[in-house]
This record gives sequence, structure tokens and C-alpha cells, in this order.
Amino acid sequence: MSQPDGGDGDVWDQRVAAGLAFLRRRLTGQYEIDEFGFDRELTEHVFYPALRALYRNWFRAEVFGVENLPLDGAGLVVANHSGTIAVDAVVLAAILHDHHPAHRHLRLLGADLVFRLPVISELARKSGGTLACQADTERLLRGGELVGVFPEGFKGVGKRYRDRYKLQRFGRGGFVSAALTAGAPIVPVAIVGAEEIYPMLADITPLARLLRLPYFPVTPAFPWLGPLGAVPLPSKWLIEFCPPIPTAHLTDRADDPIVVLNLADQVREVIQQTLHRLLARRPGPFTR
Amino acid sequence: MSAERQPNAPLSVLVTGASRYLGAHVASRLAVDPRFGRVVGLDSFDPPPELAALLESVELVRAEPGAMLDAIADIDPQVLVHLAIATTPDPHRGGRAGMKEQNIVGTMQVLAAGQRVAGLRKLVVRSSTAAYGASFRDPAVFTEDTEPRETPRGGFARDVLDIEGYVRGFRRRRPDAVVTVLRLAPLIGATADTTLTRYLAQPVIPTVFGRDPRLQFLHVDDALEVLHRAVTEDHDGTFNVAGPGVLTLSQAVRRAGRIPAPIVEPALSAAAELAGPLSVTRYGLDQVDLLVHGRVVDVTKLAKEFGFVPRSTAEAFDDFVRAHADGEVINGFQLAVAEQVILAGIRRLRATLREPS
Repeated sequence: MSQPDGGDGDVWDQRVAAGLAFLRRRLTGQYEIDEFGFDRELTEHVFYPALRALYRNWFRAEVFGVENLPLDGAGLVVANHSGTIAVDAVVLAAILHDHHPAHRHLRLLGADLVFRLPVISELARKSGGTLACQADTERLLRGGELVGVFPEGFKGVGKRYRDRYKLQRFGRGGFVSAALTAGAPIVPVAIVGAEEIYPMLADITPLARLLRLPYFPVTPAFPWLGPLGAVPLPSKWLIEFCPPIPTAHLTDRADDPIVVLNLADQVREVIQQTLHRLLARRPGPFTR
Repeated sequence: MSAERQPNAPLSVLVTGASRYLGAHVASRLAVDPRFGRVVGLDSFDPPPELAALLESVELVRAEPGAMLDAIADIDPQVLVHLAIATTPDPHRGGRAGMKEQNIVGTMQVLAAGQRVAGLRKLVVRSSTAAYGASFRDPAVFTEDTEPRETPRGGFARDVLDIEGYVRGFRRRRPDAVVTVLRLAPLIGATADTTLTRYLAQPVIPTVFGRDPRLQFLHVDDALEVLHRAVTEDHDGTFNVAGPGVLTLSQAVRRAGRIPAPIVEPALSAAAELAGPLSVTRYGLDQVDLLVHGRVVDVTKLAKEFGFVPRSTAEAFDDFVRAHADGEVINGFQLAVAEQVILAGIRRLRATLREPS
């Protein structure tokens, strides 16, 4: 049937050859990164496969409304944030890449804490993330990228389990002015499931201060079970991309606080309502 | 004197820092340009022998730092090119104290003297992308109007901020003069010899654990081209000058076939702080900051205004790698051969296993 020395039909031979070529390119530095430090090859061949296994088999994620994402050109994807550790952000990026017809990359915006930490900062940059600041957001949008932002920030990821699915404040709506400046559509996203992966029962504030962290979580498993506490609970995830909100007609209103705050409220309202609808559809947090 | 000059008469140029690589090359190229009359190289040191031949056609004036004011007034230049800026402490030139003296006091004197030259119509200053400082809250890409968020720790970076401050003062006092500030990225290429090129030429390269900074380089020939254009054409303003594109440090280390040796950041900073005053090595906090934060700038303004784009960071780095192949530990060709050998081995093994026994 297939030739032992590399015939067209020999899948394993192609895989071995591709794997070796990948290793050689990595070892000789023959790959490209963009000015933000995004390493497309590493992201597609290493990060996404790991996240794919996580969201398919562990979280059993279901995805709706992918047709609401722009096929090409700039867009601002705004989602709720939860889960003590920001797993929802990286999972959203992998899901968007896998489900989008053009397999687009979501360029995540992270807090400065992310870029302060060694190793984490480099993983964030290599997977396409950058600092959540006006300059970087506008630069990415001007370059026609899909940008992912979580306006709740640490207020969202660090909230208690009893406050789950209650959207926190959206701050001063910096993400809205960036979208308005670029005339990029805003796509609200609701993520259900991330709240239950590390249910945070309490926050040891003095310890957080000591470690200069925004909070120090206590979950049913952490810190009691040590490293085992880092295993996320297998909650059922539902993700819905909502219809885009166009902003092209508002480009000259980017510094108008009324327009910005109203639009931020509108996005928040859409996400909150979609969260309620998705929750009603999910029988329980840990169903199949 | 200057009032008598014809409008089309060749301009007289003064290049400071003529005993350094950039200064010597810029001055020698201007000396053979028919658009310029007198080309004077000014420095407080004699040029090293390897640059002496280059400077044959340049009129050299040696002045101690204290005598710069009078020397410049005597030369009465119409174009002042200030390149006497030290990027790292040189033990032969007074270490960090000498570097600061040259960068700060030297610049103050050159600008004060230039301000008093009535016929001066242009000032070109060599600055550095270190002007953006280094902070975790920095945007990924610096444009010319980005303000530094924190005062940098490195001596050179702080000097650069001061120098640019003095240039802003000069611009206010001499609004009639064209002022060009060129923020150069770290220089690289086959001939470049800087702290960073020496660092990258080592077979084993110490890196900061958990950090993979994004770096940008400027080919030294492109730096000279931009400096020459800044003198021969009028480009008022501040410009980033760097090779487009980015290499991470790990990528650069691999492309050069070197071995990285990660060290935790506090240890590296402490070593740099200890080594600085002792002049044990030339690695200082400037280098540590670059290795933690990296530095990437936007060169759109340069391309638009100068009509010139330096060769890319990757190309400039390739030129450096070719010239320093002797320090290579892992060779791309060897890896390609190894890949083929392993692939052939796996194919043979699978063919043997598949053969009917």
C-alpha cells in the first residue's frame, strides 16, 4: 500500500517528518514573531492543542453564535471574567481560533501583574497577549486584529463563589474608546462555566498583601490539597458570541464620556442577560 | 562672518565624538561630500589607530571638556552633529564618572556653544531608544511621543533622558535651527563592537530566567546612512531609528547557535550593581533592564520623513552572526543533517518492523 520511505499515503511518516522539521525550526530560531511578541507557530502547535484537549474533554464546552464574529478586519471581543485564575481568557482564545471559519487569533489584553511575573509574561506575549493599555489596544485594532478584553479585570476573576455570574463594574470603559477610535465592532461574549472551576470561598487579604497579589484565594481544594488544588473542577462550559455592536459611525466620539459609558453599559447588559439565558439552559454546573 | 556667506556656499560642519566609530565614519563621509566645505571633527580624545586612516580628510580638533565652548565658537559651524555620547562606561576614559561627564557636561557645553553660533542652522543629536525607559506598564511598541513611565535604573538611559531634555531647551532658544534627534536602536552588524555585540558573541549567553525580551537592532551601516541624511537633508523632529521586525533574545541566541544560561533577575541586578563601580565588567543595569523588558519601537515616522527604511532586525542580526560564526556551538546545518539522519533511521526501523517475518 504505502511506501515505507515516505509515500503520500503514509500519515505517520508525514507526522514524524513534520515534527522533526518543527523541532529544527525551533532550535535554530527560524520562525517569525510579530512586534508584540506573538509566536504564531508555537501558539498553533503547542498552546492550542493543549487548550483544545482541556475545553473539549474536561469542560465539554458548547459554543454558540460564532457567525457574529467579524470574518476579517478589526473587532473587539468583550467577555465576562471569572474563575480565580484567568483560564477563561486562554480557553476563549483557543475556542475562537478553532470555531472561526478563518481560524483567527484572539489577541488578549492582560493586566500589568501578568507582565510583571516571569515565565507567565512570556507565555502571555508568545500566545498573542499584550498589556491592557490604550496604545496597544489601538495599535492592534488598527492592524485589523481581533482583540479580547475582560473589562471586569481582577474584580471579575477574584470574586467570591456566592457572587458568581454577577457582572462587576466595567471601569471607565477604556475598551469602548479604543473600539470607537478604530471604528471596530464590539462583540459581547458570555462565558458560563468558568465560575465553578476554582470556587473561591474566601480571600486571605493579609497574605495577598504580603505576596503583592490582588487576592489570595481559598477554594475547597486550595491551599489544602497543595498542587492538587490547581486542578480545575470539571464544570460544564457554554460560550455564546452575541451580535456585534457597530461603532464605525461613532469614531469622532471616542472621548465623549456619555457615549463611552452608555456603550459600556449596553455591552454589560447584553453579557448579563446572555449569562442568565445560558444558565437557564444548563441543568447544573457539573452536568455532562 | 556667517552673514557674509553666500546662500549656496558649501556648509561647514562640526562633528563631535570624532574619535568614536559613528563620529569618525560620519565625518569622513561628509568630508568627501561636495555639498560641504569645511568638515571638522572635535573630540577630547585622539582617535584609535584603526580609525586614524579614515579621518585623513577630516580636520581634527582636540579639546578638553572644559575648552569645548571656545573651540566650537572658533570653528563657527553651520551644522552641528553631536555624536560624543558614550553608551557604556569605558575604563580607559574614566569609567562611569567619565561617561557621565562626557554625556551630560559635554552635551551642555556643545549645546551652549551651538546656541551662541549665530550662523548655526542645524543640530543633529544621536540619542537612543533607551529614552523610553523600562517598565512593566510600558506599551509593546514605542512611538516617538511615548513618555517613559519610570525613571530608568541604568546610567546610560538616565543620561539619554537628560541629553534630550537639554536638546528640548536648545530647540526653545533657537527656534530658527533645524533640530533632529535620532533615537538609535542597539547597533549591530559585522563591524559593530558594543557591549551588546560582545554579549551576543559569547558561546554561552547569560539570560534572565523567565524573561524573553523582544529586541530590535539597527545595522551600523544604516545608522550611518540615517545620520548622513539627517545632515544633508532637513528633517526637524525626533525619530526612532531601528530595523523593522523583532527577534526575541531566545530566538537570537538560537539563530547565533549559542547556548542560553538563565539566571534569576535579582542575582543579575546585584551582580550588575556590584560590577558597575568596580568596573569588573561593562554589564550594567542598562543591560539588565534591556534583558528583562526588551524594547521595540515604531519606525513609521522615519520611513515617511526620510524615505529610508533600515534593513530588518533579522537581516542585521544575520550579518552579525555571519561575522561571529567562530563562537557557534550549535550549527543549523548540523541540525538539518541530524534531522535527515533521524528521519531516515525511523523510516528504516518502521520498514523493518513491517516486513513479513
